[in-house]
Formats: sequence, structure tokens, C-alpha cells
Amino acid sequence: MSPNALFMESVCMISQPVGIVGYGTCVPKYRIKAEEIARVWGEEPDRIKKGLGVFEKSVPDVDEDAGTLAVEASRNAILMAGIEAPAIGAVYVGSESHPYAVKPTASIVAEAIGATPDLTAADLEFACKAGTAGIQICMGMVASNMIRYGLAVGSDTSQGRPGDALEYTASAGAAAFLIGRDKAEFVAEIEETFSFTTDTPDFWRRQHAEFPSHGGRFTGTPAYFRHVMGATQGLFEKMNTKAADYDYFVFHQPNGKFPLEAAKKMGIDVEKVKPGLFTPIIGNTYSGASPIGLAGVLDIAKPGQRILVTSFGSGAGSDSFSIRVTDGMKAKREKYKGYTLADYIADKEYIDYGVYVKHRRKLKSL
Amino acid sequence: MSKFGEEWTRGYRDMLIEAGSRALADCNLHGEEIDGIVVGTMAPGSLVGQEHIGALVADFMGLNPVPAIRVEAACASGGVALRQGYMAIASGMHDCVVVGGVEKMTDTPGEEVASALGGAGDQEWELFMGATFPAIYAMMARRHMLEYGTTEEQMASVAVKNHRNSSKNKYAHFQNEITMDTVMKSKYVATPLKLFDCAPITDGAAAVVLMPLEKAKKYVEQPIEIVASAQASDTLALHSRASMTSLRATQAAAKKAYETAKVTPKDIDVVEVHDCFTIAEIAAIEDLGFFKKGEGGKASLEGKTALNAEISVNTSGGLKGCGHPVGATGVKQAVEVVWQLRGKAEGRQVKDCEVGMTHNVGGSGATSVVHIMKRA
Repeated sequence: MSPNALFMESVCMISQPVGIVGYGTCVPKYRIKAEEIARVWGEEPDRIKKGLGVFEKSVPDVDEDAGTLAVEASRNAILMAGIEAPAIGAVYVGSESHPYAVKPTASIVAEAIGATPDLTAADLEFACKAGTAGIQICMGMVASNMIRYGLAVGSDTSQGRPGDALEYTASAGAAAFLIGRDKAEFVAEIEETFSFTTDTPDFWRRQHAEFPSHGGRFTGTPAYFRHVMGATQGLFEKMNTKAADYDYFVFHQPNGKFPLEAAKKMGIDVEKVKPGLFTPIIGNTYSGASPIGLAGVLDIAKPGQRILVTSFGSGAGSDSFSIRVTDGMKAKREKYKGYTLADYIADKEYIDYGVYVKHRRKLKSL
Repeated sequence: MSKFGEEWTRGYRDMLIEAGSRALADCNLHGEEIDGIVVGTMAPGSLVGQEHIGALVADFMGLNPVPAIRVEAACASGGVALRQGYMAIASGMHDCVVVGGVEKMTDTPGEEVASALGGAGDQEWELFMGATFPAIYAMMARRHMLEYGTTEEQMASVAVKNHRNSSKNKYAHFQNEITMDTVMKSKYVATPLKLFDCAPITDGAAAVVLMPLEKAKKYVEQPIEIVASAQASDTLALHSRASMTSLRATQAAAKKAYETAKVTPKDIDVVEVHDCFTIAEIAAIEDLGFFKKGEGGKASLEGKTALNAEISVNTSGGLKGCGHPVGATGVKQAVEVVWQLRGKAEGRQVKDCEVGMTHNVGGSGATSVVHIMKRA
């Protein structure tokens, strides 16, 4: 039997309902424009904006890191869910900028939201898709009745070497999802998930290296597109669905162009992608990117509408999810008094490159 | 040939085996009939960490114990390999030689590739001082503009024409047409050369089979005869030359080739020239005698080098359109001319193609190798 046939025979469908009972985001208020970065490096801003489809990006404050952003996003998620934090049985924080190499971010988050001590927690790393990996782990744990609620967070203050193309996109942000199993509590049901993973070294950061390395154009076709399309089309096949069955698509968004290009390659209407595309105005929040895109779409989607979200993490892999907004969304959305993604995006302050250098601790003589 | 391009899923060996197998299939040749292998490759040590390429090819083509050698002459490695193969047959030492050219370039970061390619110039006087190849050819372009009034538009027209040709070549790296606007609005790499004036970094391999003519006739219906093989050398560094606008090695090799083949530039129907930058094609069509010195740019813009115009230049798409896996280029040029002479250049066939030429340059002109071929 071929490996593919073996796999198809062992395909497992979700047997217990699992869903999102609340979600929250966090984006730092500082922004730097592509023009400002281009000015410093002698680049033509229009070429950058056109080439990357990114106009400005978020910048964390000096005292913000992947942990603080994760805490704020998680608090928003709990506020929306209307649950008590001690009921959370697991916290997973996915990031590629965990503040500590050894010492979990997840325990900081669990403590800060008041979920300790009776829970399990761990950090995840899979470049930009560690957040969605956390969602999948929580899905398994709630569906198997190991826990009642699981909290999955994607959070990053991503790095870009000064002068590298990454500097125009690498930004900061987080999104948190509370996963539960009681349909009455759902704001959206996760109908199915499918992942696509290979060993593809398109982007990496070695131990003790300050900035990541990347394979230039290799990050495109053999990495991003192969995996995003592999997972998305795999999910279609697994569920016997097609592009027309979905109202929104959210793809990992390392820049403003790749998600639209992926959609075109798969015959998906780009108008279904644009509502969940935030990288052009906040940059690439790495582990937060597709989760923030999903949160942005959940904020506007109507009950019954379907969303397909596919993350991508270099190294490389993609997780696809088929999500249907439930009737419970309306009441929780109306009751929620915290900051929404739209609030975070609107609440901004521009900084120049000098302040940016201070915020991102790029000044080495200090 | 292997498909040229960013071949992420194929390695050095895969490509050369693919090209070699296709060349053998083209002439219904069995491995045991081969008695020599020559491979042109420039920098596999720097680019993929592999040396000892002759043995590698014999091994992975399943041809042991056939003797195999690697030839290196920077970007002219392929053309010089072809000449070495030709000499092996012409000397009577060998009866059937496979000549290959290969380079795997996209597994290496761009700056490391630029540094490896920089070794084609004078390391101590050029590369060490920061002069990369785009910079060296940019100086040649500036001088050509000063001396002859060559313009950026004229150079751009070379890229447009080569993309038009490569759009009809299924083996080409770029199979899309571009406009003058695309070239003129592209970013400067080293003024006056813009991104679209420069040949890309490409993976690829090409191979040909050489035999004495009478023997070749028994294997294929349309053997192609190499009627001249000439090579010349010049100073390694650009600054040591009397002229920055002419490649003396090209002029010397061309003169020798025309004399040997007893033809003139007017007899050539198709020519594959070394256009690592658009200015290089302009200088080449002058140095090879197709146009007077200083008129290459004007002739290009006027369309005189287009397919089936005055002289069909770079019907494969050249280095700009077909791609430039450096060691493979010189052999690919020969493959294209063979297809043209056989009437098998689908979609880009030169009419009544009788005589063809290849022109392969190493560095900024320190090595130049010219071949003239005819229908046998």
C-alpha cells in the first residue's frame, strides 16, 4: 500500500463537537511606516509597499514581549467567553520570540490570568504556526474530556535584521482562543482540521542567534505556497468541501501579497480573503498572524457563515481549520466590552526609526 | 538539457543525469559505447560543497570506468568543455565523448553566489576591492555609452528580445515576455545596469554527444558538424585592458573560428552569444563582426537581432531569458544551435538555418570560446 493510501485509510474525522468559546487579540499601539524604514536604508518606499504589500507595522513598547501580549489577548478571550479562569485546564503559548530560552511563557500567562495551579501548560514553537498547533492540542484535550477549556495563544514580537527585507514586516501581536466542548457556549464550531508538514528549511534562527536567516525566494513556492495549499486542499478533500462552501478564507500572511496569491492559485475569490488580511496595516505578527486574521473575521462574520483558516510555519507546516460561526456569537459579541481587533488597530501612535531602534533594543552601544 | 530555473526539488546530480540521459537518448547511444566524459562546471565547491566532478558524473551516470574530467573556465566552463571534447575526438584519442555542463546555484544565499562568481575576475585586484560582476559590467556599459552613445533603452531592448525568445523555449528559466517599461523601471543593480539587464541565478544542466562525423551519421539522421572551435585569453582584470568596450579574447577567437570554418559573419544564420548582462550582448555582436563597433546597441533597438531579422541572436533566450547556470551555459548554447540547425527549435525556428555559432565568455572577457557548426 502506498504511503498516501495508508494515510487516506487512517484519516480520522472529529467525533466530538469542539469549538471556540471566546477569543481575544492584542496589538501594540506603536506603528512604524514602510516609508520611515525605507528612508533609513535608502530604499524606494513605493517599491517596498508594492513588492510586499505592507504599509506599516506594529512595534512593541520597551516593556512588551510575547508574554505580555499573550496575557492581554488571553484576558480579552476570557472576558468574551465569560468563564472563570480556574476552569481552564490547559494553556499553550505558541511563539518564536518566547522571552526565555528555558522557562515557559505559558506559565506566566496562566499565572497572570488566574488559571494556576490546577492546569497543564507548555510553550510551543513552530515558526509562525505555533498558535494554531496550540488550538489543535486543545481540541484534542477537550474532545477527549481531559479538560473542560483549553487556551491556545499565538504571540510574537518578531525580529528582523536591520536592513533586511524582514524589517518591513516583522511586527508584534497576539491572539488567544478558548477552546471548549459545550455547544451552547460556542461562538464558532471547529468542524475539522487538517495539517501538512515537511522538513523544509526556508527560514530559521539558530540557538543564540539574534535574527533569523531565510532562504530568500525559497520561502515562496516550495515553502509557503506548497504547505498552505497542501493543507487547504487536504482539508477540502477530507471534508469533501470546496472554495464556494466558505464565506471567508484566512491564510498566514507574512506579507500582503502571499495570501492573495495563494487564493488565486486555488481559484478562491480574493474578496473572501481581504477581510482577514491585516498584515498590510499591522505587519506580520508571526505566530499571531493567522490567529489575528481569524479573530478579525470572527468579529464580522454572521452565524452560519463558514471560515477556512490555514496557518503556515516555516520549517515547515500548515494547519487548516474549517470553522462555522454559531448562533452563540451574537450575544457574546454584544456583551463583550473589551478591546476588539478594530480598536487595537485604530489606537495607534507613529514612531520614527530612532525610537523604533530603542523599542526593539537594536542599539548595541547602550 | 534539464529544465533551467529555480529547481528547488532537484540537486546537482539530478540535473546533470537528466541532461546526460536525454543527450544519450537523442542519439540512441548505449553507455558502453562512450569512451570519455568532459564536464564544464564553475564553482560546485563553493556552491554545493562538491569537487571531483568528473568522477561524480561517471559514477552517477553509471559509466565507470570511462575516464572523466572536469573543466573550469568560469562562466566559459561549458564552452571550454565542449572544445576539450572536440579536441579529444579530433586528436583520434577518443571515439565517443559526452560533454556536459552543470551548475546548481539556488541552494546558496545570493551574496555567497555573487562572491563565488566574483572569483571569475581578479580576486586580488577586483573582488577583494569590492568589485562584483554587475559592477564590472556596469563600468563596461558606462564606457560604451560614453564612447558610442549607447543608451539604457538600447540595452533594455536586448532583455526584451531575449525574453520574447525564451517565452517560446520550454527549457527556459523565464517563459514570459517583458516590456521596455519593465526593464526601464526595474531597480538599479549597478548603474546603468538594472535588474532586468542582468542574467538570473539559475540551476540547470546541458549535454551533447560528440563523435567523428562518419560515426555520428550511423547514429542520428541529422548530425551537426563542428566546423570550428577557437578559444582565446585576455587579462583577468578589466583595468589591465586597452579597451573596456571590446573583448579582445572574443575578437581573437572569432577571427580564428571564421578562418578555420572559412565563413564570414554574413554566413552565420543563428548565434548564441554570452549576454550575462545586456551590454555584454551588445559588445559581443560587435566583436563577433555582425555589426560595426558602436552600432550594436542601435541595431538591437532597431530589432536587427530579433528572430529571423538580420541575424538571429540568442534564440534560446540567451543567458537573460533562458537562464545562466554558469557551467551549463556554454553547452546549452551548443544544444540550441543543434536544434536550430536540425529545424527542431519549435516556435522559435530560424528559417533556412545552415550555419550556427556559439560564443561563451569567462569573467569579464579573460576567456572567450567560439564554435561554428553546420548541418553535416
